[in-house]
Amino acid sequence: MARGFVGAGFTMDAIILQVLNGLDKGSAYAMIALGLTLIFGTLGVVNFAHGALFMLGAFCAVTLQRILSLSYTVEDPTQTDFLGNPLKVDTPYIVSWFGDATGNAILNWSVPLAILFAIPVMLLIGYVMERGLIKHFYKRPHADQILVTFGLAIVIQEIVKYFYGANPIPTPAPDMFRGSVDFGVMIGFAQNEIIYPYWRLVYFLFSAVIIGSVFAFLRFTTFGMVVRAGMADRETVGLLGINIDKRFTIMFGIAAAVAGLAGVMYAPINSPNYHMGMDFLVLSFVVVVVGGMGSLPGAVLAGFLLGILESFASMNEVKSVIPGIDQIIIYLVAIIILLTRPRGLMGRKGVMEE
Amino acid sequence: MTKFQLNRRTLIKSGAAIGAGLALPTIFTSSARAYLNEPKGGTVTLGFNVPQTGPYADEGLDELRAQELAVQHLNGEGDGGMLNTFSSKALKGNGILGKKVQFVSGDTQTKSDAARAAAKSMIEKDGAVMINGGSSSGVAVAVQSLCQEAGVIFMAGLTHSNDTTGKDKKRNGFRHFFNAYMSGQALAPVLNAAYGADRRAYHLTADYTWGWTQQESIQEATEKLGWETVNNVLTPLAATDFSSYIAPVLNSGADVLILNHYGGNMVNSLTNAVQFGLRDKMVNGKQFEIVVPLYSELMAAGAGANVRGVIGSMNWNWQLQDEGSKAFVKSFGEKYGRPPSNSAHTCYAQVMLYADACERAGTFDPCGVVDALEGFEFDGMGNGPTLYRADDHQCFKDVLVMKGTENPTNEYDTLEIVEVTPRAQVEYAPDHPMFAGGDLGQCNSGA
Repeated sequence: MARGFVGAGFTMDAIILQVLNGLDKGSAYAMIALGLTLIFGTLGVVNFAHGALFMLGAFCAVTLQRILSLSYTVEDPTQTDFLGNPLKVDTPYIVSWFGDATGNAILNWSVPLAILFAIPVMLLIGYVMERGLIKHFYKRPHADQILVTFGLAIVIQEIVKYFYGANPIPTPAPDMFRGSVDFGVMIGFAQNEIIYPYWRLVYFLFSAVIIGSVFAFLRFTTFGMVVRAGMADRETVGLLGINIDKRFTIMFGIAAAVAGLAGVMYAPINSPNYHMGMDFLVLSFVVVVVGGMGSLPGAVLAGFLLGILESFASMNEVKSVIPGIDQIIIYLVAIIILLTRPRGLMGRKGVMEE
Repeated sequence: MTKFQLNRRTLIKSGAAIGAGLALPTIFTSSARAYLNEPKGGTVTLGFNVPQTGPYADEGLDELRAQELAVQHLNGEGDGGMLNTFSSKALKGNGILGKKVQFVSGDTQTKSDAARAAAKSMIEKDGAVMINGGSSSGVAVAVQSLCQEAGVIFMAGLTHSNDTTGKDKKRNGFRHFFNAYMSGQALAPVLNAAYGADRRAYHLTADYTWGWTQQESIQEATEKLGWETVNNVLTPLAATDFSSYIAPVLNSGADVLILNHYGGNMVNSLTNAVQFGLRDKMVNGKQFEIVVPLYSELMAAGAGANVRGVIGSMNWNWQLQDEGSKAFVKSFGEKYGRPPSNSAHTCYAQVMLYADACERAGTFDPCGVVDALEGFEFDGMGNGPTLYRADDHQCFKDVLVMKGTENPTNEYDTLEIVEVTPRAQVEYAPDHPMFAGGDLGQCNSGA
């Protein structure tokens, strides 16, 4: 039993590596769960299409990359293709417009540029989703909401598959963020002990900024104050003459944008495919439940906590003691927390308990 | 009362009537029950069971393209493709045994139960005499046993687990694709030449039948070279982010990472490994390397630049320059505007081999087809001289060792051929321990 814990691998550097890793996984969980909680807290809707919004975000990055590499074709008689015909050489328009250096630099930075592209697109998608479909389900039971949003998620997936195929599409980060950084040296370890990819550090910082902005927005703006008031007591806020529905629609758009941005920045970590949203959806719900339904800080805390636990569970030293623990740790923790704290880590009384 | 008179006329009449009456049911049953789904009219139906939805849908689509092409060629349409280069000349381009070939398709979804249901429906409702296709070993093993029980021939598509022609082999099932053991044997000498005999390998392995046999095979082959196996970590099939499995690799003392992953798993684990900068590092005074035992074109496309310089193996590749491959690539490329994948090639070859076996056997009866395919030697199908071994229904042929192209010139230029490993080097005895435990059993014609 103890062998695993005194084994060579279970050292400080391994622990720091897995903490970094967990923060990274947790970043994606936290951003998706934050959006889920925003929607649940404001509109009272359990949105199973939220994973699909994450996926759509990643495909915003793919789409922008495709738009930027729109090309014109010239046949080059000096080279041949696989059938022996003259090779068709594609030159992206932006390369011919801006010249080699600028054109290729824009292509190279397509993922960060996609953030600018994704924000309006995701706000719009969120707005259309809420006004077009979800608002008709406010008064319906949660089971109906789950079914309709889950159905919507499948429809969105199939649409994406129709246009982009089922194979993952490589969407690389800018050159300067490829590869890895010796994180250990920065904090006083020997060389090569803690190596971590640049882009994953960027992802963590990005998520910290996004999560911080959402909290600041809710805390320090009048709009946010009204939304928070509406989350606490929708009816009273409405009686004060404030159009809370309109604000909640905007919140839905913001939640969609947060999930979308999480997806955009995730694209270089794993090549996006049409079902990546589903892979995150179930986990994100566990995160929301563990954090406490309707609690924003709870969602963020639980996201990072479960990310870190998942990383530790996949360490060899842990797996050698309890084989297969990496596959079930999230659910095991969820069960333990729900047994000991039925409202989740930071859940409030009266939410989803009518 | 009338006297019963027996004269010559009534005797003949009644005798004929009784005779016909007695014979009728036996004629009827014997023709109906010769074998399952015997084609009666002018057509014969083949069932193509490929993933049309789910993560392997693109691979399934490519298989279906090749199967459609094969049907065209069998019916004498198009340029004939590999019919012109195939060593057996039994097929005439007039269908199979004079019957026009038509096909139905099913969706495996890359799930065993869905694949079995699709195959069952094609056999029972559409009257398919043969099932072909698929892109997973779990599915292949499941559908193979269904075909055995039903009494039709199963010509496996892409399945690489040793078990398909090992412990789960069946008399009615045939595999043209190579297997994990062959990958190991083909890769070992190339790895030795490229990276030396003094290496320490760390394995990440997909936790299911294919992953286990793949890992066992490559471990055995590399240990024979003198490599040491530092660790083998099983990863969940549903895993998408492999960073927590890859993070410990660099400090484990290993200098090679072997990814026993396929499809989406492999795309993600390789991408993650490259992100962690493994390939830029020096460990034990050597350049750190990554090996992917089983490659496919779609995986290489999905992983993009991350495959550059990474060694793996394949059953076939469109860049081969033999006559069979050239004919197939030309035919496929002109029809679909893209080179065929190795899963497309194996499905095309399997349809042709099945048709040829029926033609040579003179029947669609599965037992006749089994006899015609067992021990069949052929050439001109893109892999050089090939044997369908009678002992386990595994094809033996050359294996390709591939490497990610360093400077691709077009979107299909993702992998390059490093070596064509001769067949003799990947052969093994039918009772090899990695294939032990199975029994072909008797052929079943569904009668």
